Amino acid sequence: MVEFTLWDILRNLLLAARWTVALSLIAFVAGGALGLLLVLARTLPAGAVGRWAGRCVALHVEVFQGTPLLMQLFLAYFGLALLGLEVSAWLAAALALTLHASAFLAEIWRGCIEAVPRGQWDAAASLALTRSEQLRRVIAPQALRIAIAPTVGFLVQVIKGTALASVIGFIELAKAGTMITNATFRPFAVYACVAAIYFAMCYPVSAFSRRLERRLNGAR
Amino acid sequence: MVPAEPIVDIRGLRKRFGSNEVLRGIDLAVAPGEVVAIIGRSGSGKSTLLRCINGLESPDAGTLAIEGRPMRLDDPRAMRDLRQRVGMIFQSFNLFPHLDVGHNIMLAPGLVKGRRGAQGEARARQLLARVGLDDKFEAMPAQLSGGQQQRVAIARALAMEPQVLLCDEITSALDPELVAEVLAVVEMLASEGMTLLMVTHEMRFARKVADRVVFMHEGAIHETGPASELFTRPQTTELRQFLAALD
Repeated sequence: MVEFTLWDILRNLLLAARWTVALSLIAFVAGGALGLLLVLARTLPAGAVGRWAGRCVALHVEVFQGTPLLMQLFLAYFGLALLGLEVSAWLAAALALTLHASAFLAEIWRGCIEAVPRGQWDAAASLALTRSEQLRRVIAPQALRIAIAPTVGFLVQVIKGTALASVIGFIELAKAGTMITNATFRPFAVYACVAAIYFAMCYPVSAFSRRLERRLNGAR
Repeated sequence: MVPAEPIVDIRGLRKRFGSNEVLRGIDLAVAPGEVVAIIGRSGSGKSTLLRCINGLESPDAGTLAIEGRPMRLDDPRAMRDLRQRVGMIFQSFNLFPHLDVGHNIMLAPGLVKGRRGAQGEARARQLLARVGLDDKFEAMPAQLSGGQQQRVAIARALAMEPQVLLCDEITSALDPELVAEVLAVVEMLASEGMTLLMVTHEMRFARKVADRVVFMHEGAIHETGPASELFTRPQTTELRQFLAALD
């Protein structure tokens, strides 16, 4: 029987962790870009287009916040296959996580925009700024400050959420842990390493978030 | 004397929020250079009336014209033009907290009038000097007292060179000892010929500065006249009760 050293385990886990990082980054960047579009659509002035756009965004947010990420991954993987689209586990996971992140980020950022006092819009409007100038020059800079902490906090959720992509066979950190356990029969050592690696990825992010929060509150 | 064409001309203005009719047909014409004080109980529609004049609220009925040009809320270019001519100062100052005092003043002229760089800065410093805050150009709004913030807000509104200034209870959020410094600036503007519409609870100030006082009651103009008459010889019971409650 082959003996596996702790270093063997750790090395293979770290190789798989690259995919966790890649999936997190894609979900966060693409999800952030889509979330930004969604939140902009939701702040359109209340006209026929604005109302319609607002409703679509609200539906998107409700669907992705109201169903488990696990189901979203299954649907992206098996659902697209049912439609005749052959997608890899990698693509399905990236797609599901991107849509998932976009819904949550859109909702977080909408809250941040709404946290800027109404009087700021009034003052900007009374100074003859256009709607988009009001948003870009007065509201967004203030909303951004409020948004940094919860946004970075959500990044931690995304990193941990990628573990669920293992259920559709995508080999990232969690899936690699299961596979290595099956080969080594040392579940405790393996999963302890898996947890430690997740922690090593998430802790700096949340520490960074806390520091930003402190600094921005101090500067106010 | 031929009466000048009104600079603000409001006819049959109506506004409701849900089932609550806040303005029930307002007719008001303001001459250039006139100072009009709007008084009345809270909920009488004073602030809503003021917010209709620069399009922050959209009226349900009636017409509104500034310098003879009717307001067109659905036309962004017309609104940009109108809001350059009608400035507004708010009860809660509404300075932009992320910008220093100088940039609070320079932001809108830079974007709207293309007045940037040294020219914009010189103008901002000049306006700050007028409100007595020449040394606060680099200060952040949070570092200023309420009275100073409100004076910056006035300088910011003046930077757009408006013909009409709307003042919405601009001293109501101030500590009593800070009210005078803000009113002094308003009085200076009035003496320079600025057309002012101010919603106010400062009756002594209204009496001193206003050419005309408008008493609003339940969404309508209940009584109006020169300050000296309105305060000394109120004609309606509602105004008498309102004035008595203040003493």
